[in-house]
Amino acid sequence: MPKLIDLQGQVLDNPWVLLEKDTAADMAASHESMHLIVPLQLWLSSFESLTGSGKQIAVWLDSDETAGSIADSADKAAFIALNFPGFMDGRAYSTAVALRKHHGFTGEIRAIGDVLRDQLFYMRRCGFSTFDLKDSVKLEDACKGLKDFSTSYTSTTEEPLPLFKRKQA
Amino acid sequence: MYQYDEYDHQMLAERVAQYRDQTRRFLAGELESAQFLPLRLQNGLYIQRLAPMLRVAIPYGCLSAVQLRKLAWISRHFDKGYAHFSTRQNIQFNWPKLEEVPDILEELAKVQMHAIQTSGNCIRNTTTDQFAGVASDELEDSRPWCEIIRQWSTFHPEFAHLPRKFKIAVCGTRKDQAATQVHDIGLYLRKDANGETGFQVLVGGGLGRTPVIGQVIREFLPWQHLLSYLDAIMRIYNLEGRRDNKYKARIKILVKELGIDTFREKVEQEWQHSINGPATLTLDEVSRCKAFFTDPAYEELEDSNKAVQDRLGSDLLFSHWMERNVAAHKKPGYRIVTLCLKATGNAPGDITAEQMEFVADLAEKFSFAELRVTHEQNLVLTDVRLADTPALFDALKQEYLATPYTGLLNDIICCPGGDFCSLANAKSIPIAESIQRRFDNFEVQRKIGNITLNISGCMNACGHHHVGNIGILGVDKKGEEFYQVTLGGSSDHDTSLGKVLGPAFAQDEIPEVISKILDVFEVHRQEGENFIETFRRIGMDPFKERVYAKVD
Repeated sequence: MPKLIDLQGQVLDNPWVLLEKDTAADMAASHESMHLIVPLQLWLSSFESLTGSGKQIAVWLDSDETAGSIADSADKAAFIALNFPGFMDGRAYSTAVALRKHHGFTGEIRAIGDVLRDQLFYMRRCGFSTFDLKDSVKLEDACKGLKDFSTSYTSTTEEPLPLFKRKQA
Repeated sequence: MYQYDEYDHQMLAERVAQYRDQTRRFLAGELESAQFLPLRLQNGLYIQRLAPMLRVAIPYGCLSAVQLRKLAWISRHFDKGYAHFSTRQNIQFNWPKLEEVPDILEELAKVQMHAIQTSGNCIRNTTTDQFAGVASDELEDSRPWCEIIRQWSTFHPEFAHLPRKFKIAVCGTRKDQAATQVHDIGLYLRKDANGETGFQVLVGGGLGRTPVIGQVIREFLPWQHLLSYLDAIMRIYNLEGRRDNKYKARIKILVKELGIDTFREKVEQEWQHSINGPATLTLDEVSRCKAFFTDPAYEELEDSNKAVQDRLGSDLLFSHWMERNVAAHKKPGYRIVTLCLKATGNAPGDITAEQMEFVADLAEKFSFAELRVTHEQNLVLTDVRLADTPALFDALKQEYLATPYTGLLNDIICCPGGDFCSLANAKSIPIAESIQRRFDNFEVQRKIGNITLNISGCMNACGHHHVGNIGILGVDKKGEEFYQVTLGGSSDHDTSLGKVLGPAFAQDEIPEVISKILDVFEVHRQEGENFIETFRRIGMDPFKERVYAKVD
């Protein structure tokens, strides 16, 4: 079973199957897995029937898809996965921030795609809560990346008060 | 200057440990080159033509004598005994070993220095006017604001993987010495009708392949909202900046494609989510930062000195130096002294370990143990007593640091070029040297007057050629190095971009071309005009006609 890690650095089983962008609704409904991460378009057109099917359904956004596009139905999803097509594509950091700050989303945000250990700390600061690393070997070791820094200067999703306000408190 | 507290120290130590482990994993084959690349870049390490290059930040140009001595030690211990001041208030080591960089960073951390975010697609070192805090024409000291921006931008988790690099400059002086308008974000300190501090915010400036002057996105941003507003600009850029083409990925392209009004609307809309939110600055925090930049223990002095007057009358070299390298100070009896690192035969901005240690001693003796580095690749002692200027001059002469060319033709801004840089199309240092040799005469330089000559070895424009009154750009033509000349650039408050004079020249033609350009200037110049003023009045044609005239 594939694995992922959470904010506490625990390694968890990952039964979730990711469906590609062009997957049709009937394909999803008849898929053998009970844990599906469906692309945004499929989610928007069919989330009511999909979530009523007895399967657990999450949605994934590619890096050019916006937080606003999922805002109205975000709470219906098991979680929202944000894709990193390449680790250099940093849009999902801002998408996570927008989901948390602008849309008040409090559920799970999962990092998927080209997720590397050296990005984990910044991801958690922006509001990601689980991490499906590209390379799942040495996951225990990779968890160290969650704790590369003990704090941040700036206001972040995880720690809204910037350092200068925490120091003054 | 700013002093680290326990948090600064801790985060820096964590960064060094993080990079040490990343380097170890890379060398052990656990981290692919492509994955290691942005990690090393965000710690200042490039792989250059001949060796790696490590770029160390000098935040907004402020440097202590202790730090400079450490840089000298590093250059001797880990490098070849010299270093290079860049055009963005950084210092570069040209020959470090990749596996030793963690050790260098650990040494730097001991003196509160680092190479964080000096490269890569992130927010770079914030820069400002080298005379901040001491200029006689200052509206407000920019340094506390730069420090606030430094802390906000350092390890900002959301903006470490931007479409492209991002540079911010702040200017609080009336004469802009920070090239503010050619930064991704330029901030001019302003006061409103009630005397409250704020910023005029410019966005979308930059050099490189597509030079653009920044446009005003907000006329007055009250200081409390500085960080939330910067966040809003950055978020729009991070989400909407182009990622399909690295040459179109800077914010200037996004602003151009959307138009400044649409871009402004998007930022305003984004900002509504965070205005008055947690990032809002407090008076406490601003006061805390300002407390690091209070005046040193100035003496109450007369603004004239008999010994200096006498020396001016009897020593021509001293008077030249005083005229060009010594500027007015806000405090009577004090002067700002520029150490022009442009001695002929010396690569612009290069400094030896011996010179660094020598200057560190002078800073301690004459200028409260602090100095500044400039984007013109010079050093500045900001607080020198007028009475000490003769002794300082005598000392500087010993180490060839009294070159009296500040602001003159030979004060060339020049990137490392093809001698070092793997991006370069052509060499730039030998071009600078050939010009400096041709015009190495104070009377000649003085007659030409204030002028800027900037050289870049490629269109990435590290040498700021677009904003030089005379700009020189190295280009590659079928494997041979040629040089394109531009005229009319300026990085002052009236920033303008140079226009191409015409077809490029071979390397050995350049000194003669410059000479002809200056001849035209001399012929057309009106009383009291600088080169740029004459150029703006008469335009390109007279220069073109003279330089490309057919010889019968």
